[in-house]
Amino acid sequence: MVKVALIDGPDSLTGSEVASRSLRKIVWTRLRRDKLAMVCLFILIALYLIAIFAPVICGLLGVDPYSFDKESISDSGGGPVGTWGGISTEHPLGVEWGTGRDIFAQLLYGLRISLLIATTATILTVFFGTVLGIISGYAGGKTDAVIGRTMDLILAFPFLLIILAMSGVLTQRLTALGVPDGNPSRITYLIIVLSIFGWPYLARIVRGQVLSVREREFVEASIAMGASRYRILFKEILPNLWAPILVYATLTLPTYVGTEAALSFLGVGVLPPDTSFGGMLGNSVSYFSVVPSYLFIPGVVLVVLVVTFNLVGDAVRDALDPRAGRV
Amino acid sequence: MSAYVVRRVISMIILLLLLTLVVFILFSLLPADPARLTCGKGCTPEVLEANRHKLGFDLPVIQQYWEFMKGLFVGRIYAADSPSPVVCNAPCLGYSFKRGEEVLVLIKDRLPPTIWLALGAFFLWLAAGISLGIYAALRRGRWQDKTVMGISLAGYSLPSFFLGLMAIFFIVIRLQLLPYPSYVSPFENPIQFFQTMLLPWIVLAILYAAFYMRLTRNQMLEVLGDDYIRTARAKGLPERVVIRKHALRAGLTPIVTAAGLDLAGLLGGAIITESIFSLPGLGSLAVNSVNDADLPVIVGITLVTATFIIVANLIVDLLYAVIDPRVRLV
Repeated sequence: MVKVALIDGPDSLTGSEVASRSLRKIVWTRLRRDKLAMVCLFILIALYLIAIFAPVICGLLGVDPYSFDKESISDSGGGPVGTWGGISTEHPLGVEWGTGRDIFAQLLYGLRISLLIATTATILTVFFGTVLGIISGYAGGKTDAVIGRTMDLILAFPFLLIILAMSGVLTQRLTALGVPDGNPSRITYLIIVLSIFGWPYLARIVRGQVLSVREREFVEASIAMGASRYRILFKEILPNLWAPILVYATLTLPTYVGTEAALSFLGVGVLPPDTSFGGMLGNSVSYFSVVPSYLFIPGVVLVVLVVTFNLVGDAVRDALDPRAGRV
Repeated sequence: MSAYVVRRVISMIILLLLLTLVVFILFSLLPADPARLTCGKGCTPEVLEANRHKLGFDLPVIQQYWEFMKGLFVGRIYAADSPSPVVCNAPCLGYSFKRGEEVLVLIKDRLPPTIWLALGAFFLWLAAGISLGIYAALRRGRWQDKTVMGISLAGYSLPSFFLGLMAIFFIVIRLQLLPYPSYVSPFENPIQFFQTMLLPWIVLAILYAAFYMRLTRNQMLEVLGDDYIRTARAKGLPERVVIRKHALRAGLTPIVTAAGLDLAGLLGGAIITESIFSLPGLGSLAVNSVNDADLPVIVGITLVTATFIIVANLIVDLLYAVIDPRVRLV
């Protein structure tokens, strides 16, 4: 997924044979020289593969996140039997308090949900941010004012509070619209609200870039040649904006992973038996003074995920920086 | 300049009115019945209807909005025709029947912990973020720079709740360096106040300072390459003066923007930090109200927070002109 996003630039960039070296090639050459970034990229690809094949991996190890294991927890308090939250050959990362469900399997399925939400929300954010930013910057006048004020309005909202407050009713709404009840609705809700509160940041950046690009000669030339507005916006102007958009996308994804975790921590995320990192961390609050591994296992995986994303994002930004020495 | 201020204040008021309207539509037009949520278990249709009327939810949305706006300026009387009317004095932000209190009073009561949390963290992160950012910029490319940037990366990759829970686990539970957090007013028991606030301050400061280190470093690197810095150095000014008076001042504008907006956002309640450290601030009031479906309080907090952010936006823009003489407001 990420690999594709990084090495596959837009066709419009590669289509022109005249350019001796496309932006895509320059960025890829620079990225390949950055050892840390390459390591992180491989970790990310591995994490995505693990998330996609979570059921297969769990099947191979003979664990699953749903079945209770009464033998691995004590009869009296429901706490895990053994040290470190019940880590054993049967349960590589221990078991959940009270149910004995496998933590490793929960972690893999949680990774799946976190990546699903963050990736989809990033794609939607980039789509709406780019389209509205380009329209706002190019059209100017009333259109620009309407989009601009809408952005101001959205940015002024305390988004965490709104997301919390609206979750109950809007999830019901989604169910009424035909999204399956329960977790599919809750996941859809999170994706939608993250995108709604995320796009204005990118749209602002894109709008600023469009304001300068639209004054350039090639735009004037295509207007003179009678190109359609769609062609000017998306074939002429858009290819010049890929650098900021790509940087924004790679740095937004980890933010969304963190925000999703925070929201699940506050109780808006998926419901048991499914879980995500935030949900696991939220559950750990009651037990972590006794079983610290409940806190540290999902916490550390979450931090590794966000750090690798951020490092790749930084590397992409450096690679796209026109002021850095050309390769 | 004054024309600019007037124009900005007017557009600010329009934005606030619009925002109130959007909040009202969002919260009132949804399929859930707010009156139903205030009614509890043994709810009869009569009680439900009475509650709906008492809260004004039987009116059309636009009229509800009008009543709310009127209440802001002249006060409001709920259930005026019933034997027990509820008076909400101007400025009336609404009345929480769940808690039997005016929303404004509730918010005022919860504001002090939030303000203390925000201010303490604010000074800590600005001090740490800006000084480390300048230090990194001056040692660009060397190990000091890389260390600071590494700290910064770690800081903004750590989710706030994980950092907060780790702080409680290690410092409060394992090492027992601090007692379990329990908020008191600083005027009542300053020692306990500091013991409670220390961890939340540090946790918030780490998260925010991470971003400010980066921002300051990048700003300084940008500015330090400018001609007037070379001029200042050529004049023989001491490096300290060049950095502080010339470079920092010019590079400060984006930092001020970010700082103003972040502080305003925090004044609206740090929901996660407050709930982890059990601080009775606006954030925890918000979470409790969401759990209780106490709509008037949610609307009130949303509006107060949004007002903070919108006003901070204006102040920040005005500060630009003060900090950077090159900026002219038109």
